[in-house]
Amino acid sequence: MIDLDKLTIKTAHEHLMKGDFSAVDLVKTYLAEIEKKNPELNAYLEVYDDVLEQAKVADERISKGENHPLLGIPLAIKDNILVAGKKATSASKILEGFVAPYDSTVISKLKKQGAVFLGRTNMDEFALGSSTENSAYGVTKNPHDTSRVPGGTSGGSAAAVASDMTLGAIGSDTGGSLRLPAAFCGVVGMKPTYGGVSRYGLMAAVSSFDVIGSLGKTVEDAQILFEAIKGRDVLDSTSIDSDSLSKKQLIIGVPWDLINQEGIDLKVKENFKKVVKNLEKLGYKIKDIKLPNCLALYYIINFAEVSSNLARFDGVKYGLHIDGKNLLEDYVLTRGQGFGKEVRRRILLGTYVLSAGYYDAYYGKAQKARTALKKEFTEMFKEIDLVLTPTSPIPAWKIGEKSDPLSVYLADVFTVTANIVGLPAISIPSGFMELEGLPAQAGKKLPLGIQFMAPHSGEDLLFEVGKKFLNEVL
Amino acid sequence: MITKEEIKHLAQLARISVSEGEAEKMTSEIDSILEYVGQIKDISTENIEETPTLQNIMREDTVTHSPGEHTKAILSNAPSREGNYIKVKKIL
Repeated sequence: MIDLDKLTIKTAHEHLMKGDFSAVDLVKTYLAEIEKKNPELNAYLEVYDDVLEQAKVADERISKGENHPLLGIPLAIKDNILVAGKKATSASKILEGFVAPYDSTVISKLKKQGAVFLGRTNMDEFALGSSTENSAYGVTKNPHDTSRVPGGTSGGSAAAVASDMTLGAIGSDTGGSLRLPAAFCGVVGMKPTYGGVSRYGLMAAVSSFDVIGSLGKTVEDAQILFEAIKGRDVLDSTSIDSDSLSKKQLIIGVPWDLINQEGIDLKVKENFKKVVKNLEKLGYKIKDIKLPNCLALYYIINFAEVSSNLARFDGVKYGLHIDGKNLLEDYVLTRGQGFGKEVRRRILLGTYVLSAGYYDAYYGKAQKARTALKKEFTEMFKEIDLVLTPTSPIPAWKIGEKSDPLSVYLADVFTVTANIVGLPAISIPSGFMELEGLPAQAGKKLPLGIQFMAPHSGEDLLFEVGKKFLNEVL
Repeated sequence: MITKEEIKHLAQLARISVSEGEAEKMTSEIDSILEYVGQIKDISTENIEETPTLQNIMREDTVTHSPGEHTKAILSNAPSREGNYIKVKKIL
C-alpha cells in the first residue's frame, strides 16, 4: 500500500527511481482515491481514460534509465489549460464539447518530463470568481469542511491536492486564483512573475494579469513544478527567462495599516501576528510598510480585459451554438445562454468602463494608477525584500453564503496586488482556526494561509522563506 | 445611478441576451460594483503616463507547420460547417 498522506512529489520520485513502486501502482492508488472522494468533492470535471497508458509509458522510460523530477508523477490540470485531444471548457457551458487541438506549452514541457495527467479540474467559469461557485458544472467542496468553498478560481486543483486525489496540480492565477484556494485548502500555491511561465494554450481571462503556476503539498513540490514549466517561449511573446535573485539577510515588509482595517477576520489577524513573531524568531527583520487597497484598480482592469477577451466566444468557431433568426441573434442567444451569471456581469461591467463616456474616469484612470503602483513597489523593494500579508482576509466561507458579488470581490484584497504589479507570490499554510458557535461545527478546523510577495524574478526568495517557515529541509 | 435601460444597452453592445427580470436584478448589482470601483477617482495620478513601456517581440516569418496539419482538429470544433468551411448565416 502506498501511503498517500505522507507522499510528496519529491519522495514519490525517489521511490519511483528506486523501484519501490511503479508509476502504474502510483496512479492506480490515486485513481482509487478519486473514485472514492470525487463524487462528493467534485474537484475533477473529468478523469482521463488513458491514465494507465500514460503511467505505463513513464514506467518504460524509468526502466530505460531516464530520470526527471516529474517522470511518472500524477498531476491534475485546471480546465482552462489545453491538452491535445482532451476536452477543455474553462468550466463554461459555452465551451461544452470543445476538444483542444494542441498542447499548451506547459503541457508539452510536463510531457517531456513524463508527468502523468490524471484529469481536468473544476474552476470558476473562465477563471472569474474566488470560490469555484461560478463553475457551470457545480461547486467544488472544501475537503476540510464540505459545507464550505475551496476558494477559487483553481478550487478543483487545490481541493484535489488537499484530499490526496493528486500529488500536485497546475492552475492559473489572475488575481489570487492559485493562492486563495491554496490557503482555503491548506496547501502551497505559487504564482510566478508575470511572463515567467508561457501562457500558450491557456484560455485568456485578463491578459495583463494571467499567469500559470503550481499547487503542491510542500514548498519544494511547488518549486519542482515551477522549475519544470518556467521560461521564455517563442509562442508567447510576453514570456521571459527569469534570473534568480538571492540575498543573505531578508527584510520582510508588513502593511499593518491594511491588515488592521475593517473586514479582516479576528482569527486571521491573530494567526498572522503569531506568524510574524515566528519569522522574527527565525531571524527575519520585520518592517512596517504602507500598501494601498488595490481592489478598485484591479477590478476595473479585470472587467475591461474580460469583456474584450471573451468576445471570441460567439458560437461560430467552437463550443455551444444556439440558433436564432439571424446571425446577430445567434450571437446574442449563444452568449446569453452559454455564459454564466458572473461572466455576463463582468462583460457588461467591462463594456461600461471601456465605453467612450466613461473610459477616462475608469479604465484610463486605472491604467495610470497601475503605473503609479509599480513605481511605488520599485521604491519599496529598495528597503525590503519581501512583502507579507494573510492570503485572505477571511477563511473559507459557506457554499452559497455570499450572494452579493461585491462581497466576494473583497476576499481578493491581499492577492490582487501581485497581479497588478506582475510580482511573484506564494501562499503557504499557516495553521488552522477552530470553528465556534453551532454544535455541528464543533471540532472542525479551517486552514489559514499567509502570502509572500517578492520583486520580479524573485521566486527563489519565496521558496527559501517558505521552506524555512514550514521547516522543510533546505 | 445606472438604469435598467443602460444595462439593456450594454448587453446589446456586448451581444448578450438578458431577460427583463435579469436586467432588473443586474441594475442594482452593477450599480453597487460601479460605486465601489469608483473609488479609483480618488487616487492621485498627476504626471503619470497611462501606457506602460511596451516593446515589439519579433520572430522570423517562416513556415511553422505543413499545410492542413491542424485543419481537421480545428474544424471539428465548429458547431456548423460545410466541407472545410465554417458555416454562418448570411449577413447581408
